[in-house]
Amino acid sequence: MKIDWLNFTPWPSLAGGLLIGLAAALFINLNGRVMGASSVIGGLFPPRGDAPLRLSFVAGLLAAPLLLGLFRAAAPPVFETNTLTLVVAGLLVGFGTRLGAGCTSGHGICGISRLSPRSIVATAVFMIAGIATVFLVRHIIGAPAAS
Amino acid sequence: MKNLIAFVIGLIFGAGLLISGMTQPEKIFGFLDIFGRWDPSLIFVMGGALMVAAIGFVAAGRRGKSLLGDPLSLPSKNEIDPRLLAGAAIFGVGWGLAGVCPAPAIVNLGFASAPAAIFAAAMLAGMAVYGVAQGRSADQ
Repeated sequence: MKIDWLNFTPWPSLAGGLLIGLAAALFINLNGRVMGASSVIGGLFPPRGDAPLRLSFVAGLLAAPLLLGLFRAAAPPVFETNTLTLVVAGLLVGFGTRLGAGCTSGHGICGISRLSPRSIVATAVFMIAGIATVFLVRHIIGAPAAS
Repeated sequence: MKNLIAFVIGLIFGAGLLISGMTQPEKIFGFLDIFGRWDPSLIFVMGGALMVAAIGFVAAGRRGKSLLGDPLSLPSKNEIDPRLLAGAAIFGVGWGLAGVCPAPAIVNLGFASAPAAIFAAAMLAGMAVYGVAQGRSADQ
């Protein structure tokens, strides 16, 4: 295993992680809810009575780049994936997280911190599936298709 | 009031995702590429998040309700069923293809980025397809 020291960012990643954990801790303690992005967003299809709360959370996510932008700390995402792959990947992420009842935040952060066996298994499965996919794309098929 | 709290929590969550690098597909690919040049940064994201979230869940669990007096809405399912495994596997493949998971997909809509918008639109479509297929379901 070769470590990519050039791109390794332990301190910003730890700092960001602490903020993510803080948000999850606040959500369960103030709103009584588990901070799972896919479930908060996916619960809008179809909308129910708590739609305003879900949309407020989504609005907060959308406003985050604007907030960090004030401090010139928001780096736009750099995509090198072609459009077809993005569409397929988006459909898989949307459907898969709903079928599996959670994503990186719901299972990976909240579920594991509650020691939920379902979330520990789900996190292991999506990590392994992600690792296998990147292995196939980068090392078997070759260079990722760039648009 | 509860909606304002949810907005601020979304804002903190989004800021954390941006600062940690979770919104950069290359950062995700670097973490998942354990057979290439591996970037272990996301372990620090998860480690930091788990430490604080675990304290929060223990505190909330002991109290048994939220500080505003609402009951805790926790997942009730315990069984590891095929739906969980299939859903996690499908999500993992999509995550490995695009390097974006649900929350960063929404955060990245805050930038004027066409690829981010395409991914987010497809993700919401995938969620809507599930919603139509399954109707309402209570989960996390």
